[in-house]
Amino acid sequence: MDFSTFLIQLLNSLQYGLLLFLVASGLTLIFGIMGIINLAHGSFYMMGAYMAFSLTSLSGNLLVAILVGIVLSVLIGFLLEWALFSRLYKRDHLDQVLLTYGLILIFEELRSLLVGDDVHGVPIPELLSASIQLSDTLNYPVYRLFMSAVCILLAIVMYWLIRYTRLGMMIRAGSSNREMVQALGINIDLIYRIVFGLGVTLAAFAGMLAAPVSSVYPGMGNQVLIICFVVVVIGGVGSVWGALVAALLIGLADTFGKVIAPDYAGLAVYVLMAAVLLWRPEGIFRRI
Amino acid sequence: MEQGFNRRRFLLSTAGIAGGLALPGAPLFAQSANKIRVGLMLPYTGTYAALGNAITNGFKLAVEQGGGKLGGREIEYFTVDDESDAAKAPENANKLIKRDNVDVLIGTVHSGVALAMTRVARETKTLLIVPNAGADEITGPLCSPNIFRTSFSAWQPAYAMGQVMAEKKHKNVVTLSWKYSFGEQSVAGFKEAFEKAGGKVVKEMYLPFPNVEFQPYLTEIAALKPDAVFVFFAGGGAVKFVKDYDAAGLKKTIPLYGSGFLTDGTLEAQGDSAEGILTTLHYADGLDIAKDKAFRTAYAMAYRMQPDVYSVQGYDAAQLFAAGLAGAGGDVTKREALIAAMEKATIDSPRGRFTLSKAHNPVQDIYLRKVEAKQNKVVSVAAKALADPARGCRM
Repeated sequence: MDFSTFLIQLLNSLQYGLLLFLVASGLTLIFGIMGIINLAHGSFYMMGAYMAFSLTSLSGNLLVAILVGIVLSVLIGFLLEWALFSRLYKRDHLDQVLLTYGLILIFEELRSLLVGDDVHGVPIPELLSASIQLSDTLNYPVYRLFMSAVCILLAIVMYWLIRYTRLGMMIRAGSSNREMVQALGINIDLIYRIVFGLGVTLAAFAGMLAAPVSSVYPGMGNQVLIICFVVVVIGGVGSVWGALVAALLIGLADTFGKVIAPDYAGLAVYVLMAAVLLWRPEGIFRRI
Repeated sequence: MEQGFNRRRFLLSTAGIAGGLALPGAPLFAQSANKIRVGLMLPYTGTYAALGNAITNGFKLAVEQGGGKLGGREIEYFTVDDESDAAKAPENANKLIKRDNVDVLIGTVHSGVALAMTRVARETKTLLIVPNAGADEITGPLCSPNIFRTSFSAWQPAYAMGQVMAEKKHKNVVTLSWKYSFGEQSVAGFKEAFEKAGGKVVKEMYLPFPNVEFQPYLTEIAALKPDAVFVFFAGGGAVKFVKDYDAAGLKKTIPLYGSGFLTDGTLEAQGDSAEGILTTLHYADGLDIAKDKAFRTAYAMAYRMQPDVYSVQGYDAAQLFAAGLAGAGGDVTKREALIAAMEKATIDSPRGRFTLSKAHNPVQDIYLRKVEAKQNKVVSVAAKALADPARGCRM
């Protein structure tokens, strides 16, 4: 592998890793702060992708579809938290797994009823459809650079939100001691609802962003769910910073695994997980 | 018990009278009373629904053209949606065989489901005609006197493409496909012909099905700079791959080849990105064959849509069965005569005449096609009367 190819593959890894981070950060927030094992998180990702497809077909523009999709996802997130997830905080993990598994089935059936079981492509908006020449044979699509830029921006915003704002402080406090925060007169229920809505929206947004480059197909949520749990486990449960580092590591392992040993492409990520867990059983980082 | 029996007899006799009334002037041969029972086990929902419907339409068109009969016998259909779900395949096949007591089983699209059906058909000795699934095993290690195929084996189009690419003086080639048996068998068939002719596969790459994140592989192809690329993808994945290959700027520098599914049923969605791609398949648009023109007109009249390779395969499944029935004088119980007639049949298919190999797979021409103005136009015959090697078949 020559140097320029290496750099381009690095770019591919970064782009994949950042997208994974976007999905996994919501999962780790919900898991780490509210203590809920949310198997339906992949379904939110799929929901986003199908929203991008349907709304783009209606409006003719992906960027408009994304804006409308975000508003819808926030509403759906709040609704789900109010109707279902708020009842789960005090239940044990088995109940959580059962309910969220049921949600996966419901989401798949709903998708099948509303949009059907076909594979769909989503057109890249005109504005971002160009390519940049990176090596003498390879062009790199501008849209992928745009995806990475958006993900980096969101990572920075989230870091700032959790680290330096009052809301972030309450979220951090709520994750370590719910009763104490409540006793101090803070509306912890509202905070949980905001965190959950944020998690759902992040996953759905990732799905919308990924739709043009990864297609929209049944079962796409479950595929991403597994890899996201790997990200959360490697990064450390509840740590957004850890999720970022882990997602980037997985991006590297997956991309270079595919190229160096294509026959074992699926394996690289799990080897990485095993190696990290041997070294640090609780993941690379702990807590927010 | 007694009551149930009476009711059953009552229903049967009423049905008999109704049937008799519905067919005024029907000749009163003994055999016309019981129809030939055809079991269609195909996908009618899910990703492959369109393919299942096309096969059914093709089959029924052939029956219609025979005046509602095959080999002189009336036909009765029994249908099961296999949902392309291999786990449900044995149960679905058994429903048709044991409950509906079908004389012949027609199915299916998905190779995994077809393999399960093949196993059931072997055990129960049911006559099975496979109208699409290309898994090499069906007419390879799993071959059996009662199992026939009217489509192709994965090996066939890929092998023909290996010869074509060697003739085009490509020396170093990279292959890319999904890692599941059909993809692997396609690459193996391609490699066999291509390396025999002196070419070299410099790298074989696979990604998990139905993954469509091609970017790292495209980067690798750009870095390796092979003379050409051979791929197997189908459906939505094929659409995405062809577009990504173009967007990466590779189309201009490294020619792309594939087995026909890359550009069959996907051209509308692929748009300009597919123009000029060469593929091999046992069917093409614009074949200069009288039978094909007649078939396309009749199909378009009957269903108000254009036929495709799947409708052709369904049509030929009916033709093959009709040939068997004709040989057995319309009596499905004369199993040996039926099978012998099917084995000896020459099918006048829209794709061109074909016969069957010893392993019951079509011996057929494979066409080289080029995408031009959203059609897979014939360029030449890539392989004349190509027979599958049917490795592992003992019959």
